[in-house]
Amino acid sequence: MVKLIDIFKKNFQADILDSHEQQGNETIVVSPERLHDVLGFAKNDPETLLNALMDLCAVDYLGQGPRFEVVYHLYSTSKNHRLRIKTRVPEENPKVKTCVDLWKSADWFEREAWDMLGIVFEGHPNLKRLLLFDGFEGHPLRKDYKINRRQKIPEPLERP
Amino acid sequence: MSEGDFKTKNMYLNIGPSHPTMHGTLRIFAEMDGERIVSSVAEMGYLHRGFEKHSEAGTYTQVIPYTDRLNYVSPLMNNVGYCMAVEKLIGCEIPERAQTIRVIICELSRITDHLVCIGTNVVDLGALTNFWYYFNVREKIYDFIEKICGARLTTNYTRIGGVSRDLYPEAVAELAAIIKDVQLATKEVRGLLERNKIFVDRTLGIAPISQEEAINYGFTGPCLRATGCDYDVRKSEPYCGYENYDFDIPVGEDGDTYDRFLVRFEEINQSIRIIEQAISKLRPGPVMTSDRRVALPPKAEVYTNIEALMNHFKLIYEGVRPPPGEVYSATEAANGELGFYIVSDGSTNPYRVKCRPPCFPLYAAYPRLVNGVMLADAIAVMGSINIIAGELDR
Amino acid sequence: MRLKVESKKMSSVVENNFLTTKLSELVAWGRKNSLWPLPFGTACCAIEFMGAVDSVFDISRFGAELVRFSPRQADLLLVLGTINYKQAPVLKKVYEQMTEPKWVVAVGSCATCGGFYDNYSVLQGIDEVIPVDVYVPGCPPRPESILLAIVRLQEKICKEAVGEKPELYIYKPHSVRK
Repeated sequence: MVKLIDIFKKNFQADILDSHEQQGNETIVVSPERLHDVLGFAKNDPETLLNALMDLCAVDYLGQGPRFEVVYHLYSTSKNHRLRIKTRVPEENPKVKTCVDLWKSADWFEREAWDMLGIVFEGHPNLKRLLLFDGFEGHPLRKDYKINRRQKIPEPLERP
Repeated sequence: MSEGDFKTKNMYLNIGPSHPTMHGTLRIFAEMDGERIVSSVAEMGYLHRGFEKHSEAGTYTQVIPYTDRLNYVSPLMNNVGYCMAVEKLIGCEIPERAQTIRVIICELSRITDHLVCIGTNVVDLGALTNFWYYFNVREKIYDFIEKICGARLTTNYTRIGGVSRDLYPEAVAELAAIIKDVQLATKEVRGLLERNKIFVDRTLGIAPISQEEAINYGFTGPCLRATGCDYDVRKSEPYCGYENYDFDIPVGEDGDTYDRFLVRFEEINQSIRIIEQAISKLRPGPVMTSDRRVALPPKAEVYTNIEALMNHFKLIYEGVRPPPGEVYSATEAANGELGFYIVSDGSTNPYRVKCRPPCFPLYAAYPRLVNGVMLADAIAVMGSINIIAGELDR
Repeated sequence: MRLKVESKKMSSVVENNFLTTKLSELVAWGRKNSLWPLPFGTACCAIEFMGAVDSVFDISRFGAELVRFSPRQADLLLVLGTINYKQAPVLKKVYEQMTEPKWVVAVGSCATCGGFYDNYSVLQGIDEVIPVDVYVPGCPPRPESILLAIVRLQEKICKEAVGEKPELYIYKPHSVRK
């Protein structure tokens, strides 16, 4: 069986920055500029057909090179295989192109990543807070946000 | 007079978060044309409790109690899902008896989840009788769960490397009696609902979704299977020895509310089948791995042997220490694929735990499902997709 | 068939037996036996409340089974589950909409003190926003604990009616943070 990593290496050569297969999870790391192309290829290529975006999240590597990592977990319902695609974005400019045009499930996952870690998804139709209230300052899942730093109780309901 | 003369302006309606069918924590803001929903916006976050931040603060074992409270209707499955992810990260095998026990508790919680889902949601449709039928057997299952782990709801039963304690001696006989009761109750409730004119009118053909669209929205579990896709993690990537069990994946056709209900009914029967097989597979043996990276050494060794003492000390004081790396592990929870993505930096605390709750994409698609349906039917749709706010908001 | 009312017999019962009480006590007796709860259920405790309502535990034995989801029709607010910062204004609004007299029961560790969620999102006890009459410990409490809370509240209603200071039955585990 052809490995997914090899398919991507063949098609995107230099754009695949890194790859590994820990615990049987095939993983590729791509640059943020090429991310959307790679995702589009993964979804539509007949060999990969990764038609479901199972999960999207971000990880904060405080103190490391590009600080944030955005992680996509893809699954193919027809071929029954999984792939993890990661990309690194710097603290000053944590921007990734949105993939709402590919998967509708990305809509809320991206909003959550913005809410929790402050990753900006360019082109997202409605990038605003999802889990927290509107007046919340900062992004709580960042490593420099103290776990019990509390903020003011918000005012009563307003229209969303 | 023509129909146009009766036309009024659209009005805006806020439903929730304090509303009986919104489970206290969900909120819909809908534009209504009479009783029909024209467009709607869903909002969540009213039960955000910082699960992911808390997991980063504690050790790997300390995360287990927090997982109970993700999907509090079937906590045992979250326990299993999380522990499996950590075991995969460490690379340790669990004994066969522990695996079989995990299968039993997973299927039992799948049953309780579906019982609560169907029982409470037909209450929203005005059928209170089923609630009593189902909650009687649910109490029996809770009594059993309480006996095996000490709590009805917040079980905290599994450990990294196995389960915390073995089943009590009479467990198997009691379990066999309980699943008979569940079977009977399901037969009765299904008999009351399946061909009931009111129920069928309010669910059949309401809020259907096609298979492609459902996958695109990230649907998994009964809601995806109601559209005809037979995706089930237990079959596609078997864990805990599910490949050795004989069971079917019920699928629907239209992906409407009715199909979602029926898939759940049938899954209860399949879970009973699995439990029956698991009971016959149950052999005496250890329920915790002997892998010293995660399991405490036997007390006799701790008292006599310095390595074992050190080992015990390290595990108690520091906890489990997986190698640096990352893992995504998926299990089939009652609502769909429950995934845990764990990043380890080699220390005793998880660097990042991301839970992929099955409800999240389902609720994200809720406005798409209810646009165009009647308000009262939207309530039935909400019930059929079974949103558990604990895992939705984490 | 027509039922025959034996009016003579009834009047003799009333004539020979009478009861003296204070009006306030009579009102309190009526109130305590017909509590109309509004279950503000958000999390795990709400699932246990369903257990308390079902036929095994049967909360209706204590006259508090008729749940009302409109705050205008309820006099007992049962807060079941975690209240976070986003939810707090909603809870406050619901409480304010209830008419007097009204009582509040905080069910479970989260509603009582935040439970083990000491973080940026969770309110450390609902008494930061509304007053509470009875606290119920447990994560989640068993249905019996919820029943006990109802009984304790009934005792409290009686004592308040005659002007006695009610005891605080179940103590809050942590001091109130303001």
